[in-house]
Amino acid sequence: MPETTPTTMHVKLKIKRFDPAEAGGKTWWQEYEVDVHPDSTVLDSLIEVREQNDGTLALRCACRASICGSCGMKVNGSAKLVCKTRVVDVAPNGEQLTIEPMGNQHVVKDLVISLDSFFSQINRVEPFLQPSFVPEQGEYTASNDSMENLLTSMNCIMCGCCVSDCTVLEVDANFIGPAALAKAWRFTEDPRDSKRDERLKNLNDEDGGMWDCTRCMKCVEVCPKGVAPMDRIMELREAAIEAGNTNTSGYRHTESFYNSVKKNGRLDETRLAIDSAGWTNIPRLLDLAPIGIAAMRKGKLPPLMPHKSEDHKKVKDLYKSVEDEA
Amino acid sequence: MYEHDVLIIGGGLAGLRAAVEVTRAGADVAVISKVHPVRSHSNAAQGGINAPLTDRGDDWEGHAYDTIKGSDFLADQDAVEVMSSEAGEAVLELERMGVIFSRGEDGKLGTRAFGGQKVARTFFVGAITGSAILHVLFEQSLKLGLNVYEEWFVTKLIIEDGVCRGVVAIDLKTGEMHTIKAKAVIMAAGGAGRVFEPSTNALICTGDGLSLAYQAGVPLMDMEMIQYHPTTLARTGILMSEAARGEGGYLLNAAGERFMEKTAPDYMELASRDVVSRAEQTEIDEGRGIDGNVLLDLRHLGREYIEAKLGYLQEVSVEFLGIDMAEQPVPVQPGMHYIMGGIKTDVNGATNVPGLYAAGECANVSVHGANRLGANSLLDTVVFGRRSGAHAVEYIKSVGAHSKAEEDLANEKARIQALLDRPKGERVATIRNDMARGMTKGIGVFRDQASMEGALENLKNVKSRMGGFSIENKGKVFNTDLMFGLELEFMIDCAEAVVAGALTRKESRGAHFRTDITERDDENWLKHTLMYKDEEAENGVRVETSDVTITQWEPVKRVY
Repeated sequence: MPETTPTTMHVKLKIKRFDPAEAGGKTWWQEYEVDVHPDSTVLDSLIEVREQNDGTLALRCACRASICGSCGMKVNGSAKLVCKTRVVDVAPNGEQLTIEPMGNQHVVKDLVISLDSFFSQINRVEPFLQPSFVPEQGEYTASNDSMENLLTSMNCIMCGCCVSDCTVLEVDANFIGPAALAKAWRFTEDPRDSKRDERLKNLNDEDGGMWDCTRCMKCVEVCPKGVAPMDRIMELREAAIEAGNTNTSGYRHTESFYNSVKKNGRLDETRLAIDSAGWTNIPRLLDLAPIGIAAMRKGKLPPLMPHKSEDHKKVKDLYKSVEDEA
Repeated sequence: MYEHDVLIIGGGLAGLRAAVEVTRAGADVAVISKVHPVRSHSNAAQGGINAPLTDRGDDWEGHAYDTIKGSDFLADQDAVEVMSSEAGEAVLELERMGVIFSRGEDGKLGTRAFGGQKVARTFFVGAITGSAILHVLFEQSLKLGLNVYEEWFVTKLIIEDGVCRGVVAIDLKTGEMHTIKAKAVIMAAGGAGRVFEPSTNALICTGDGLSLAYQAGVPLMDMEMIQYHPTTLARTGILMSEAARGEGGYLLNAAGERFMEKTAPDYMELASRDVVSRAEQTEIDEGRGIDGNVLLDLRHLGREYIEAKLGYLQEVSVEFLGIDMAEQPVPVQPGMHYIMGGIKTDVNGATNVPGLYAAGECANVSVHGANRLGANSLLDTVVFGRRSGAHAVEYIKSVGAHSKAEEDLANEKARIQALLDRPKGERVATIRNDMARGMTKGIGVFRDQASMEGALENLKNVKSRMGGFSIENKGKVFNTDLMFGLELEFMIDCAEAVVAGALTRKESRGAHFRTDITERDDENWLKHTLMYKDEEAENGVRVETSDVTITQWEPVKRVY
């Protein structure tokens, strides 16, 4: 007997359910098993559950082609667009898949989250073109390269995966978030926009702005459209500094880091903390004091006077060669 | 109490463009949509938007004629003249709003070639043109502070004394039903692709707007005109933009031959969509396909070019089939894609019901006739979205106070409660799949009397089961189970009108290709079919016909 390709695939799912109708809301895990085509996506499997097993399961989906951004959710703990996630890629040996709603956003029901916080973040960056003039007829003149550059951010479909897995938003709901900052970049880099400096200044000065990103890379990892929000945030920071926005802890942190490694070949953490806060910023320095005392008690306080690295001359040479090249 | 001067159903390109126009005119406007606006199906348009820019040597009559020839002379020529002559300004305005259209060397907008046209006049953003325009119109809606009822599902239009006065809708997040009163309603709720299976359309394209208007007494016109797109990805049915061929891609059969040479030696792969789909289906039916597909070959374009101009196609091909288009051709087949038919409107979007307008895919102005040219649908949405908005603003000046009536809300609440209270019965998805597969089988790329009668029989069977389905989810919050039941009722209306139109038209024209009557018959059928909902008529549909408007182009034989 010749071997035949299997016509179906058995998929096991464990789904986090939430029913707001119960007093205070009820959360529970529910397991399902379905048989689908071997090429199926996670979304195909969820639709099979919804249509054939359990009509009470709520999820959003529309295009099935990774362009509408509806079906972001967590698969095995990580945010994904499930329409472009093939089952064989996440459960190659038929493992049970764990499906949860996206993080950092309020759950409405089951896998459906509220879009309110996502779009209020987007709204904070004045997400529309603000040109200095409108041509009376015809179009703005702009290079093709400048437009293709913006494609990086225009590829964003606002699915919310980056916001879901952002480690800053987990602890600071005021952070403007990776999606909104990538959206802001789309305007600061648009040659037709006239508000570049104001936008950069606002995002630089604002509490929860561009300097609150901790560069954890999560948003780059989970973005299903290659927007790489963190890279856009880093470009915003560079642009902000170039535009003269240097009175921020973010800038001082960067500068202190740079100087300390250049001088000593290693990071002077004590100085970094004080530099970042600013030497005259008494309230912030007082904030730091308990952290310093706690670190001292545990024997974790960095030395007050920095040690020089043995290779600090080599580090200096490295700096020199990079700076000469620039 | 919800009241607005103008209420727009649908937050895609037509709806948002209409909303911008109404806001500019200073009237109070809101958009209501069952999905957030950026989830709308306008996203899925990939290849571009057509516009003859007269300041760079193109002429609008050329675009108009290509559109009319593409329509197999079923489009109303006065409507096409409006669309073509307003196209340039419509596209330039999108650019000025912020759309990042591709440019030429001179920094001005650049174009690519598209099907059914010898002039390259398609403006584009990579292969995400629809998405890039939708997101910019959404940006404009944020700028204008547009009021949006997000994730509200309209169940009924309120018609009083033959005039449209608002809607009844469910707020999906709470499950509560409300009346929203309006002096004018613009239907911009998108197409009905899910009436067929498979389809390139999003799962939300369930013909809600067509059905709501049809139930309110508006005729659906030329519903038999169903576009099968020539390049949908094997098995998944995902759309692979015509831009692939516009940028120079080939279609090959199993023997590696560019088979379009046989049917369209001049236009080759860039003939009209109906022509290319039929050529492909013929290759497949006559045994020159590969597992029910032909091949789309981009290898000669080179990796860099593919990734720069057709990045989304490469992404889809790799993600869904594991095929790198720079290395291998990708298997494609014709797939249901667009419905040329729709709510009959005039060039201002007005229907025969005062206060009710329609624009975008749910409407039929008619500019697409029997076959729509690629990249004309985006154009249709912005031109007629704008016009509907502008005309609705004029109309409401003569409308007095809002309606006082509340009985529609009570009736709708009772109807929906009865649906929820039904005893356990058949699943909605089972009935829907039976309907949609029957439609594809009977009303396909090729059709004949027997296949269309088969679709009718299937539909009768499906309709007879509509009283017996049940809604499993009895909850209030985000009850999509209930919404799918209501959508199925909308889809049945659309299916009924499609089958009635198809059985009425005794000729082959554009997408309506009958293997038992293969010729176009201008003498008897240079006509629109108009389907009215009428319980007393045969199969619940009364079919009338009306003449096609011819202004300056007499129908000739269509050769590509």
